Parts: sequence; structure tokens; C-alpha cells
Amino acid sequence: MVETPVPPTFTGNRGLMIEEPLIFEQGEAERCGVDLPDVPAHRERLGGLKRKGPIGLPGLAEPQVVRHYTRLSQKNYAIDMGLYPLGSCTMKHNPRLNEKMARLPGLADLHPMQPISTVQGALEIIDRVAHWLKTLTGMPAVAMSPAAGAHGELCGVMAIRAALDHRGEQRRRILVPESAHGTNPATAAACGFEVDSIPANDRGRVDLAAFDAKLGPDVAGIMITNPNTCGLFESDFARIAEDTHKVGGYVYADGANFNAIVGRVRPGDLGVDCMHINLHKTFSTPHGGGGPGSGPVVLSAALAPFAPLPYVVHGAKGFDLVEQDDGGQSFGRLKGFHGQMGMFIRALAYMMSHGADGLRQASGDAVLNANYLMAALSGDLSPAFEGPCMHEALFDDAFLKGTDVSTLDFAKAMIDEGFHPMTMYFPLVVHGALLMEPTETESKDSLDQFIGALQHLARRAKAGDTALFHEAPRLTPRRRLDETAAARRPVLRWRPPAPESQAAE
Amino acid sequence: MSALKYTKDHEWIRVEGDVGTVGITPYAQEQLGDVVFVELPEVGRKAEQGKEIAVVESVKAASEIFAPVSGEVVESNKALPEQPATVNSDPLGAGWFFKLRLTDKGQIDKLMDEAAYKTFCEGEH
Amino acid sequence: MRYLPLTEADRRSMLGRIGVPSVESLYRDVPEFARLSAPVDLPAHLGELEVEREIASLAAKNLGSAAVPSFLGAGAYRHHIPASVDHLIQRGEFLTSYTPYQPEITQGTLQYLFEFQTQVCLITGMEVANASMYDGATATAEAVMMANRVTRRRRAVISGNLHPHYREVIATHARFHGFEMAAGDPSPGKPEDLIPLIGAETSCVVVQNPDFFGHLQDHGALGEACRKAGALLIVAVTEPVSLGLVESPGAMGADIVTGEGQPIGNSLGFGGPYLGLFAAREKYVRQMPGRLVGETADVEGKRGWVLTLSTREQHIRREKATSNICTNSGLCTLAFTIHLTLLGEAGFTRLAALNHATAVGLAERLGKIPGCKVLNDSFFNEFTLQLPKPAAEVVERLAERRILAGVPVSRLHPKRPELANLLLVAASECTTERDIAALEAGLKDVLR
Repeated sequence: MVETPVPPTFTGNRGLMIEEPLIFEQGEAERCGVDLPDVPAHRERLGGLKRKGPIGLPGLAEPQVVRHYTRLSQKNYAIDMGLYPLGSCTMKHNPRLNEKMARLPGLADLHPMQPISTVQGALEIIDRVAHWLKTLTGMPAVAMSPAAGAHGELCGVMAIRAALDHRGEQRRRILVPESAHGTNPATAAACGFEVDSIPANDRGRVDLAAFDAKLGPDVAGIMITNPNTCGLFESDFARIAEDTHKVGGYVYADGANFNAIVGRVRPGDLGVDCMHINLHKTFSTPHGGGGPGSGPVVLSAALAPFAPLPYVVHGAKGFDLVEQDDGGQSFGRLKGFHGQMGMFIRALAYMMSHGADGLRQASGDAVLNANYLMAALSGDLSPAFEGPCMHEALFDDAFLKGTDVSTLDFAKAMIDEGFHPMTMYFPLVVHGALLMEPTETESKDSLDQFIGALQHLARRAKAGDTALFHEAPRLTPRRRLDETAAARRPVLRWRPPAPESQAAE
Repeated sequence: MSALKYTKDHEWIRVEGDVGTVGITPYAQEQLGDVVFVELPEVGRKAEQGKEIAVVESVKAASEIFAPVSGEVVESNKALPEQPATVNSDPLGAGWFFKLRLTDKGQIDKLMDEAAYKTFCEGEH
Repeated sequence: MRYLPLTEADRRSMLGRIGVPSVESLYRDVPEFARLSAPVDLPAHLGELEVEREIASLAAKNLGSAAVPSFLGAGAYRHHIPASVDHLIQRGEFLTSYTPYQPEITQGTLQYLFEFQTQVCLITGMEVANASMYDGATATAEAVMMANRVTRRRRAVISGNLHPHYREVIATHARFHGFEMAAGDPSPGKPEDLIPLIGAETSCVVVQNPDFFGHLQDHGALGEACRKAGALLIVAVTEPVSLGLVESPGAMGADIVTGEGQPIGNSLGFGGPYLGLFAAREKYVRQMPGRLVGETADVEGKRGWVLTLSTREQHIRREKATSNICTNSGLCTLAFTIHLTLLGEAGFTRLAALNHATAVGLAERLGKIPGCKVLNDSFFNEFTLQLPKPAAEVVERLAERRILAGVPVSRLHPKRPELANLLLVAASECTTERDIAALEAGLKDVLR
């Protein structure tokens, strides 16, 4: 049967893919999706500051609003839909039990400034999560307040600065491996440090000779990720930590990759002074399209005195919250109120569900899944390093040499196959990097399908089918978008069209 | 027209009298990708050789531009911020960034000429 | 274990494919001494039923503010959230999606963030807004650092009536980022004059409106003075519902507006996660921290959205980034924008008017209690009540009677004994006549 090409539709919709305008393009000022009582007569006490003009917000009724956001949701890829192999993001399943627990009355409706006597259960939850984190990492203390991973990094680096200030030392150099995530040098610079980059060796780990050469009495510390961003365990970590301590520096560990070792290795045993943990990675709190996160920081005995405010303590009268530093050395407050309580509840539900045995199994399965990908794909793709990886597998673009298909093109073709691409062009130490982290919540069937798709694409690229890649994606709600135009002439908000406007900008 | 000289950071400079015109090389604009934004120094600003003097941004990267020689900024390419794409289309001509009055002409001689720069770029691959 | 799909047979097959005998052998790069041979000393796994039971028992140890008369504010406010909001944010395509770095498959997230950015501009009266930050306090600290960059100066003037948490977060950054701050003293219920504190080295002046004590002030003159001195005016808004009734900071001449978005769409949640609002004048956009969504078109000419101006951010600029921030508040931001979309112009302005009317009625009644005095001439939905004895004990006694009377100022200003008798009292559309009567009677009783 000869079919005709797909004609354009009247609506612009394509089956279940529905075009949805902005709320501003479908609102009417007097429409409303909420019924509120009449405003009783009252004496106005606004100090003459009542708003004079309209705000310009669009009004929609509830059915329109529900439809609007439902249609938007259908344009998003999500873990609930399929494999999300983003390296160092740990896109594991987000259990719904966690959502239910966070919404319990007596938790969701607690005001942060209620009297302490009325929130003992909440403080106990924070204390329990703290206990799990300290036990899993082998560290004596933890700062719970940082709002996200990058915020946790800030906390760790500030603690190091505070400790040095307390010793009366002016050290300003922080060592950071070249493979580090961009937040590491940004954080160090934000705290007044100078970043000194350490190259990687040809095995993807920190080059020890370079590290030794850069050590000195002016080194404040090192910011190191373990397993590192190449997905490899830094086997010399303990030695690096010890040498850093010998010159009087501190060891900050980026815990983004903790999922590889949780329940099997304790960073405290390796000489870490502070490590941030991403609850939204290792502990399954949802990524929510970009946030919110939570980045508690475990601390060694050397840095614990400098922990930020506030923190939970337990005494004869029950739990208490220390919000003021009376004669102590806390470096201060990092955010409003107490921390990402909603994420603590979710993480606690996750931790209790897995238990010590389940967490150990999870990290093992995460590493197994990544090595399975590495083994199955090393024929068609080009692994960046030899030997087993941890929870993520790193490839470079050598397998695409001579094909005129870039890593970016390869990723766009994966989208048409129904996958979110893996992390690309990171870490910078590998050319055209492809970094994939399947996590432990992927079944073998899911991995096999993914492997099959990537093998298929690699073979198409080598066979010279460049159009497949250059024109991808073709099956998505939008095809490749013009990021250059977006940056050259930024349009960052909707504006009402001018009354006598001509065609296009 | 006098010959172009090049720096290791992929800037070029063309000197006429005691004023040098500065831009970035075709190789640099290709590495950056589509240029979306430039930040130019104000007239009168003192430039020190090797220190940051301007910024060029593309969608995927932001790069400092370092002064190839020391001097004082006498002119900035006013048309460039409105049309940053010129850096990509005509990096050696209309895509110039600023002009400097040189304080030490000797610094020019130590920069790379075209042949040396070509070799340098090949080595970077 | 219910979240782990691999079976023993799967593992054996996969280990065979990899060519290693066991999962443990994949950890061969971990030094022997660091490898734990047994699970850590924590409880074993539990089913959903047991987890629910345990966490519910912890919840039961708390006094939930929704269950009792509650008048708490001080930077976090209880409003009624329509049922659709929580349903929509729990759709898996929102809940379990990632940052929209691949725009072709995240147009849902990008479009709602573009709408959010626009809504924030409209309510604050500003030209450009980012896609949210962690919370109001960190957003305000980021605003100060942005003002330092824009003006190339390093001295911030901070209102004495700024929320203490906000001031403390700025102080932390001042210490580590190397800038100075001059903070005024609190002046409950009285207008503040910060103009004399502005100098040639001032990068910004930070005020809050309504301020920490609930007072509303016109900052037009302050904005003018800042402009003359080359400094930026930063206005923090801890209760954005006020923007439905009160003149916007943009109209007053603010250069940067920050705020706490929690009151719209997000439950109190014991303090987090919340979301920071951040808006500024367009000419400063390249110095703005945080994510920005911009409009563009795809190769077929269809309108779409992308993250843009990313070169300001840490993953590209690294040491030179405008901030080290990585996340925005994602789902909290979605909840904010859905709630505000449901409210619309008519609903948002009416909600604000209801809040004010309720607070006015409450203030009138509490002000008549012997020994009590309302310090504010003006307020939106929160005011400062002066009691005849320390507010902290009064609040504790009323909590025992299951009334959450308000926030004692001493909780946030513990080193100022002259403020110890002050109580911050907030009302909202959730406050009922019975709640007010209970508070009135309780206070009279405790203060006798």
C-alpha cells in the first residue's frame, strides 16, 4: 500500500501532541480559577501605598488551567517514562511513598517558627536523617541546612575557610582536578580562594606527580570527587587526603557520585573533612524539573565546630534547634529557616525502605548496571578508560571519527529512539565525552533495549548515514532550537503585543 | 597595510603608527561557535599586556580577551555589540574589538607572525 | 527489594557478559581497608506499611498549624492552596523530569518557567526575572553580590527592619566574599531613614516591604537617593501576596526585587523547600544569577523555549561564574505559577484584599486587650503587637492550649531585650472568626 505523506493538521496538533499557547494568550482579566468570599468592609491601613494600576495577570478557569499544565507535562521526558542515563545525576526511580509521607498533616503544615515544644517529631526526623548520613559516611557531624549540592559545596568550602581563619592562616590556594564539575571552581572562587587545576593521568585519575608538585604550605585544601567524574574510583584517595592533611590542608569531597559506594565504602575512612551529599541523587528525592534539591554536608571533627546555623541537638529536655551561635565558631547562616525539610522526609522514607541491606544492594546493582553497559557497548562505542568503572560508564567520540557525526548529533538521534541523551562533553578531560549512569532501578530488559539502540545508532553513523543524525530529532514536540538567537536577542518574558505592531521581529 | 601579529590566546593585532587594532582569529571564532555577546573596554582604559581587557561569549563558552600589548584604549568597535555575529563572519576585518595606543612598541616584535601562529594552531590539535 | 528490579539470574547473566565473578570484584579499585564487609549498623529494609507507621508516629508528635488557630508569619505564610496544584505537580512528567538541558524534550518545563518569569515581572513591576533561586534569603544575598558586581563597589547598607535570617545570610557572604555591610537597628512600626547612610562606596541599599515588623513604607525617595549616589535599591518581599494590593517595588524605583515565593502554591513544610524570587532591570540581565529561560524558534520555525545566557552560570564560566548556583526550585516554582494562574488578576487582588481586611479586624480586636498595643500605623497581613510581658512565654503558654499565637520577635532578635515583649501576628484568608476569638480569649487569660 502506498501512503501519502502526513498532511498538516488544521489545529497544528499531531495526534496526542497538542500545541499549547501561553497563559497570557488565553486569559481574560475577569476569569478566575479560585472562588473567594467577598471582601468585608474594613478600614484600609496600607499607609497610602495601595496599588494604583492593574497587574496584567491573565485569568483562567480551573478546567483551562488543568488542561494547560497537563498538555505542558506531555512535552516532558521523565524518569517515570524511561531511562535517563545522565552521568553523575543518578536519575533513579522516585518512590511515591516518599511523596505521601512529605504531605502528612503534622509535617506539611508545620510552620518553621512554631515553638520548639510543638515540633519535636520534626526535629527528630532531621536528627534521624542526620544519623543515617553520618553512619553511612563514617563522619561525626553533619550540616543539614544547605539547599542543594552547589549550596553544600559552598558550606564545605566556607567551613574550610572558617577553620583556616580560626588558625590565623591566610592560605588561598585550593587544588581542583581538571575533571571536576564546574561548581567546584565556582564555589572556591566565591569564597576567596584561587583555583589550581590538577591534570588527570591517562588512567582518568588525579595525576599523583602533578598533585605532589602542587602541594605546599599555602594549600588550603583539595576539592575532589570520588568516584570521580570519569566514573572511576580514585584509588589513591587516602594517600592524597593524608598528604593534604600533612601540609595542613583540608579535604573536600564532592559526593555527587556517592550512589556507587553507599553502604560499601565510608568516605570518613578515606580521610575526608567534608562531603556534600545530594539527597536528590543518591537518596531518590525527585529532580522536579530542576529542583528543589538538598545538600547536607558531613563534617570531620576538625571542621564540625564551624558548621553553619541552625542545627538540631538532643538533650534532657528533648530536641532543640540551635539558631544562635553563643560564643561558638559557627561560620553563620546559609539560608532562611532550617533546611529542606520536605526532602529530609522523602529521604528518610527512602532510607528506611531500603535499610542498610537494601542500600548496599542498590549501590552494587548501580555499579553492575554501568559495567554491563560498558561491556556491551565497548565494541561499538569507544570507552575512555580501561578497567571496570563504578556507577557510570564514560566513552569518548573516537568511535565517531571520520563520520561527520558529533557527540551532539548522536545524542539528538537517541531522542528519536525514545531516550534522554546521556551527559555530553563532560568531563572536559575526555574528547566529546559521553557519560552514562543507568542507576540500580533499571531492569536488565531496559538496559538491553538501550544497548541495542546505541549499537544501532553507532553502526548507522559508521555506515555514513549522516542525515539521520544531522536532522534529528524529528519526532519530538519541537526539533532543534536556535540557542544562538535566544542568546543574541534575549526574550525572557511575554509582553502584550503593541497595538499597531507590524509583522515579526 | 602592516602585517598581523598573533598571541597564544588567539588574538590578532594590526599596528599602524602607534595604534594597534585588536580582534580574535578565525580559529578562535570557530572554536567558540556562534558569538552572542561581546563586552568591550571603555575608551581611556589602560591595558596591560596579558591581562583581561574584553569578553566574548558564545552559546557554549565565555572567553576573556587579553591585551596583546600594553597601551591605552582609544576606540571600541561600537557596531559590534549590536551585531556580534560579525566576529564569526569577518573576524579579521569588521569583527575588530578595540584599538590601543601602544606604550611599548618592542612588545609587538615578540608576538607570533602568521607562519608561527599557523604552526602553533596545528600543535594545539 | 521493591525498587530494585534485578534478579539473581539477571546478575549472573550480566556478570558473565562483563567477565567478572562477582559484584565485589568490580570494586577492585577500592583499597581493601576501605571496603566494608557487612552492611552498616542501621536497620534493615522495611515495607511501605512499616515506613508509613513509623513516620506517621513522628508526625503525630507535632502540633500541625492547620489543625489549630495559627497566627504565624515572620517570613513564611499560610494560604489556602487549591486542590489542582498538588495534583498537577505530582504528574510524573513534572515530578521526575530533569533540568531542561535538552529543550526538544522538556518544552513543558521551559514553557512554565517562561510564564513564571513573566508573572514575577508583572507582580514586582520589574523587567526581567530568573527561574527562581533557593529561597528569599539566599536570593537577597545574591542580589547584594550582583549590586557589588554592577557598581564595582563593596559596601552594602542593610535596613534594620530586614528579616534577621536574610541579614544573617548576607553577613555570611560578606565575610567570605569580602565585602562590607552596614546594618541599621530595628525600628518596629516606625519608618526608617537610610538615606544618610548612603555614601560614595555604597553598592546597594536593602530594604524589605512590608518590613519584618509588618510596616509598609514608600521607598521612592530612597530609590532617588540611591540613583544619585550610583547605588542600587534592592527590595525584598517576604509575602508576595501583598503585591496583589500594595504598590510594587518596581513602581517605587527598585533596581532589584527579591522575595520568598513559598506563600503562593507551597505549604509551610517546616521551612523548606521554598523558592526565591529574583527580578531586576533589563540592563542588568547579564549580571543576574540563576537560570533564565528565553524564547526562540526551532528549525521548522515553531516557537519554543530554551535555557539561555548560560555562560553566566557555573557549568561554563567556572571560576568566573556570577554565582555557584546550580538548581532552581523546580517543583516549588511550578506550584507557585499554577496557583497564581488559577488566581489570575481578579483572584490575586481579591485574595490580597481579604488578607488585609482580616488582619485589620484582628488588629482592632487585639489592640483592645488590656496591656496590648498594635505598633504599626500600616501593615498588609502581619503586624507587631506589644505585650505587657515577654512574648516568648506567652506564646509557650498559648501553645499548651493548642493556639499558635504568633512569632515572638525575640526568637529572631534574641540579643535585643528591648524587643522581648513584641509579638509578630499574621492573618490570612484561612483565619476564621473562631480562630480570632480563641486567640483573643487566650491572650486575655494568659496576660491577666
